[in-house]
Amino acid sequence: MSHLDFEKPLDELKDQLEKAKQIAEKGKVDVSGLIMEIEKKIEDTRKNIFSNLTAWQKVQLSRHPDRPYSLDYIKAITNNTFIEMFGDRNVKDDKAMIGGFGMVDGQTIMFIGQQKGNNTKMRQYRNFGMPNPEGYRKALRLMKLAEKFNKPVITFIDTPGAFPGLEAEERGQGEAIARNLYEMSILKVPVICFIIGEGASGGALGIGIGDKVMMLENTWYSVISPESCSSILWRNWDNKEKAAEALKLTATDMQDLKLVDGIVKEPLGGAHSNPDKMFQTVKSEIKKLLPKLLEMDPKIRVEKRIEKFCSMGVYTEG
Amino acid sequence: MSWFKRIKEGITTSTKEKKETPEGLWYKCPSCKNIQPSKEHADNYYVCQKCSYHERIGSHEYFEILFDNNEFTEFNSKLISGDPLHFTDTKKYTDRLTDTIRKTQLNDAIRTAYGKVGGHDIVICCMDFEFIGGSMGSVVGEKISRAIDVCLEKKFPLMIISKSGGARMMEAAFSLMQMAKTSAKLTLLAEAKLPYISLLTDPTTGGVTASYAMLGDLNIAEPGSLIAFAGPRVVKETIGKDLPKGFQTAEFVLEHGFLDLIIHRNELKAKLSQLLEFFEN
Repeated sequence: MSHLDFEKPLDELKDQLEKAKQIAEKGKVDVSGLIMEIEKKIEDTRKNIFSNLTAWQKVQLSRHPDRPYSLDYIKAITNNTFIEMFGDRNVKDDKAMIGGFGMVDGQTIMFIGQQKGNNTKMRQYRNFGMPNPEGYRKALRLMKLAEKFNKPVITFIDTPGAFPGLEAEERGQGEAIARNLYEMSILKVPVICFIIGEGASGGALGIGIGDKVMMLENTWYSVISPESCSSILWRNWDNKEKAAEALKLTATDMQDLKLVDGIVKEPLGGAHSNPDKMFQTVKSEIKKLLPKLLEMDPKIRVEKRIEKFCSMGVYTEG
Repeated sequence: MSWFKRIKEGITTSTKEKKETPEGLWYKCPSCKNIQPSKEHADNYYVCQKCSYHERIGSHEYFEILFDNNEFTEFNSKLISGDPLHFTDTKKYTDRLTDTIRKTQLNDAIRTAYGKVGGHDIVICCMDFEFIGGSMGSVVGEKISRAIDVCLEKKFPLMIISKSGGARMMEAAFSLMQMAKTSAKLTLLAEAKLPYISLLTDPTTGGVTASYAMLGDLNIAEPGSLIAFAGPRVVKETIGKDLPKGFQTAEFVLEHGFLDLIIHRNELKAKLSQLLEFFEN
């Protein structure tokens, strides 16, 4: 079952394929030619749809309910060696932010990420991937733990934003994010960030200061969601497509603007169409990036990280 | 029957004797509705004499209030925002910039200067709310970054006066990255052991709260200022209930532990200069 409008043509073809296969099972008529033909058609249609995605379609893909979430990546990448660690040692444990140590080919890594739920109940439990201040403080606590024992940090970003609730304000959402930006800038261990879904504003950036910031192909990263942007600038929600274009929020745009360091290719049809392949790609990306970062002198690594973010901005001397 | 009878017809005052009432001779406090002469209001640091309501003021006024004899050296005043995304909403971003620059006589939402406060050297960055809601884009980030360079070079402390609705939407991810940029740059100031005083004024919200405004060695606010990450309207929509009285005011934020102190504008200069002395001594 597809969830998105532009995936619908695939549904019809998949139905046809299903029917052809049923006929084949009954064994009376030879339909192998037909099956191959439909399979090729599916492949072509998929290529056609996914090579011409608009910004808004990519935003929709980034929120696809079947898309893998942080824990799926971490468990697959660490070959189930991951042990989750809870709590900010201050207020409580935030279910929208997860973290813990795991092992990738003999290297201990601190994994941190925003977590969404797979069904209505879990989505609520995970607060739709919107962390409270304690989530950011938990993330920072774990990063400091990693720093103390000289283990690299990898973060997975997937959030519609930091939670705009009453308690979040009382407990200093702004301060919590600001503190993370500051501390992550000078974290002595390597930091790699992957945007695996939605990268909405300060809530995403709060775990997003890395030596390498990578975006998966069908994700977005910007200062605001297209819907909110539309409602503020056009005073209605109908211009979300236009807003998505205007914000230049796709992985390709962000790479062209030099605001992220690279794009991680997704399987054809998006990360959810072949999660195992997606996990493998992310894992090989980590294995490619991490050794180079580990080789660097920590002081230079931090300097370069600060320099990178300080060079962002477009202005004229007037 | 009228009480008075007009003896001479028409206007008899000659043009020479005519007295014009100057614009804005009176100030009406939006909080307590008290009316007072504008001059007296300005002399009282733009604070209502009756209810202490702090009127929103800009960099021009803050520099005048803080710098000794209003003497200061402004730097990087000519930085103007580019339009990296060729952004257009109901209006082209470049047109919006040109119009705002003409209307406000400012080049962006922050001005940076160094001078003396009570005899102490300091770099002050002050935001202007009238420039697209004091929104933070590339220029705000770069000017703060360069102000920190000046601090490092001259060994001066830094003060940033925040007054902003948050990140500037028309520069999208560039605006977002200014949060990272300013926060990262502040680490260099800390490494050099130079004090950073953050003054949060009405309003300080969004990406500014979630970056440099909350990162001061001292976080100070003006009384009654709105200080928030998510604005009150958004929070109200989220929880579907009315907000408690005084929610997200400076006093509220202080009670919850995120401010060092609240300073009345009348005492701002004196207190600031005393604080600077603590650090220098």
